[in-house]
Amino acid sequence: MSVVIDHRPQKGPAEPARLRRDPAPSRLKYRLDRIWLTPLYRRAVRVGIPAFLIAMTAGLWLADEERRARLTEGVTGIVDRVQSRDEFQVRMMTVEGASPVVDKALRAMLPVDLPASSFDIDLTALRLQVMQLDAIESIDLRIKPGGILAATVVERQPALLWRHARGIEILDATGNRVASVTSREVRADLPLIAGEGADLATAEALDLLDAAGPILPRLRGLVRRGERRWDLVLDHGQRILLPESGAVTALEAAIALDRAQDMLGRDLTLVDLRKPSRPVVRLGVDARNTIRAARGLPLLAPDGTIIEDDKAGG
Amino acid sequence: MAELYQTQRAMRNIRRAALQRGVIGILDIGTSKIACLVLKFDGTGTFRETDGVGPMAGQANFRVIGSATTKSRGVRHGEIETMAETERAIRTVVASAQKHAGVRVDHVIACLAGGRPSSYGLAGEVVLQSGKVGEHDVASVLAACEVPDFGRGREVLHAQPVNFAVDNRSGLADPRDHVGNRLTCDMHVLTVDGDVLGNLAQCIRRCDLELAGIASAAYASARASLVEDEQELGAACIDLGGGGTSVSIFIKKHMIFSDFVRIGGDLVTQDIAQGLRVPLQAAERLKTLNGGVEATGRDDREMIEVGVETGDWEADRRTVSRADIIGVMRPRVEEILENARQVLDASGFDYMPSQQIVLTGGGSEIPGLDGLAARILGPNIRCARPLRIDGLAHHMTGPGFSSAVGLALFAAHPQDEWWDFEMPAEAYPARSLRRAYRWFRNNW
Repeated sequence: MSVVIDHRPQKGPAEPARLRRDPAPSRLKYRLDRIWLTPLYRRAVRVGIPAFLIAMTAGLWLADEERRARLTEGVTGIVDRVQSRDEFQVRMMTVEGASPVVDKALRAMLPVDLPASSFDIDLTALRLQVMQLDAIESIDLRIKPGGILAATVVERQPALLWRHARGIEILDATGNRVASVTSREVRADLPLIAGEGADLATAEALDLLDAAGPILPRLRGLVRRGERRWDLVLDHGQRILLPESGAVTALEAAIALDRAQDMLGRDLTLVDLRKPSRPVVRLGVDARNTIRAARGLPLLAPDGTIIEDDKAGG
Repeated sequence: MAELYQTQRAMRNIRRAALQRGVIGILDIGTSKIACLVLKFDGTGTFRETDGVGPMAGQANFRVIGSATTKSRGVRHGEIETMAETERAIRTVVASAQKHAGVRVDHVIACLAGGRPSSYGLAGEVVLQSGKVGEHDVASVLAACEVPDFGRGREVLHAQPVNFAVDNRSGLADPRDHVGNRLTCDMHVLTVDGDVLGNLAQCIRRCDLELAGIASAAYASARASLVEDEQELGAACIDLGGGGTSVSIFIKKHMIFSDFVRIGGDLVTQDIAQGLRVPLQAAERLKTLNGGVEATGRDDREMIEVGVETGDWEADRRTVSRADIIGVMRPRVEEILENARQVLDASGFDYMPSQQIVLTGGGSEIPGLDGLAARILGPNIRCARPLRIDGLAHHMTGPGFSSAVGLALFAAHPQDEWWDFEMPAEAYPARSLRRAYRWFRNNW
């Protein structure tokens, strides 16, 4: 253990700390203190000046075009590097519950070629885009671990054919378009409806078709009239005019009549049930001619005009 | 008088503005110490029930957020003598109180002990035109008080209406809406030397502070140390300060008399310094730690080192007995009390219904003073500490701070003074728009 001996000249006994003679702050210090205690000034110094300095430094640094470009380049580079990592890659797409046509359309709609980064696939936008396909009722899109873009599709079920001025379309039970067809024969299994606004009343049309059980083989289709009521068109040019409300009840009444009296087997062209309390029928030309012949009246031509007697005409 | 009215009204407006800002400073410039309190007003009284301080005396709507005290300089007998020195002392104390509070103080309320205060009781009388006392009748009766000649250079510090009487019904605190034919009032006016007041205002102005009010130290310490019953029933408050002793007499919650005796505790210190041949600091220390006025046999044996650092070993190691100190102090304290007695005699305190005397101020902390004072002043003696106010540090709750605390109460709830009432319409210059406005307001 060594002892260090200080041989330097002694400083003498420690002087007592000099007493400050005047503890009063100078006038300048007093004023500065008071300014410092002013809230506005204090806030300006503590927040305003640092914020201004930071903003100014950043602004000056960014004023140079090249630096700005380098900065954006660097930032996009980092973003790209993170997004193109293997963990975020989507390699394949699976589609469940879709027909081959829809499957193909769905794959075509994907905005990027697989494999792609999952950041490049905007699922919400893709879903909205896919929902514009009429054949699809709902779709559940998700990216599963392992880089799989899984789409679960529920397709619309065709229920009706709707013939209108621009062609024939397949409708589902709620009246949404499923697809267009070129002719009736493509889907001969589906019942046919026609007329403007028929797609808006598909529920009623399906009810009517259910109710028309016994005469279903004779049914040609349903025609929407004036966007408010249905006509039931049968073969042999027969028609049943149904009321606006209570159409199913009226149809059941007509079927009951048919069962009891074989109404539709007779020569009728029209059964008017628009007023359910007062059904009206229009007879066919043959029936009317039979009646007219019995009464000795001139006969009617198929177009309804009266055939003039040759003798009378001279 | 009109000029005084305007200046006092301006101070009241400054006080109101300060209360709106919520911060006001209290500056008690005494002869031995200067105290500064920073008060924060919240207006609604949310500073409540924090440490057992209830809504005492209506002082619950403020709290002390900063306080500082420093040795006073340049003040003698409660008057500023060396303005520059006092200004520095004010700067010191205000700066440290501000630092403690963390807010800037712009408005201060100060008190003045010296300035040779003199009290006047004025009486005024008006005939009630409408047979009922209205707001403007009160103002006109105050204006109708006969003002004696105060002397040259005297300024009015307080002018408080003490008593109102309608016809022969006297003792009304608030005469408004009383029915009668004649309204008389008694007003207590306290005047001080205008130059002393001006010096104080100048010192405060040089510290960049605005004066929001000024009160007599006697009045302030009485408001802090007299309890409410004593103020109501009548009591004298004797503030034994360093540079002088102020006396004030209260009855019915109003000050009716105030005076100032120009000998105080500093003289006691000076006596000890001379008698025991010690420096003033040592004398002050001996007085505060070992002082007393009643000597007992034990005090002869209790030897005290004088504790000075002059470098002369023989002188420094001297010891004095406590009885010596008491023997020096007692005659001077007796003299101070005798002088206070003379002031009380001159004021007619003997004819007051209550003879309660309350001692406060730093001098009232001398042990055994109450026994001595009871012999000289009268039997009902109480040594009082000031009212407790919220947030005041414990070392500032002693009797020496009663005028500072009283100023805080004065800042929160000033008593009505003459200038709080509207000037009667006649006092405005003729053809003035305000005069017409007042006339319309009073007559419709």
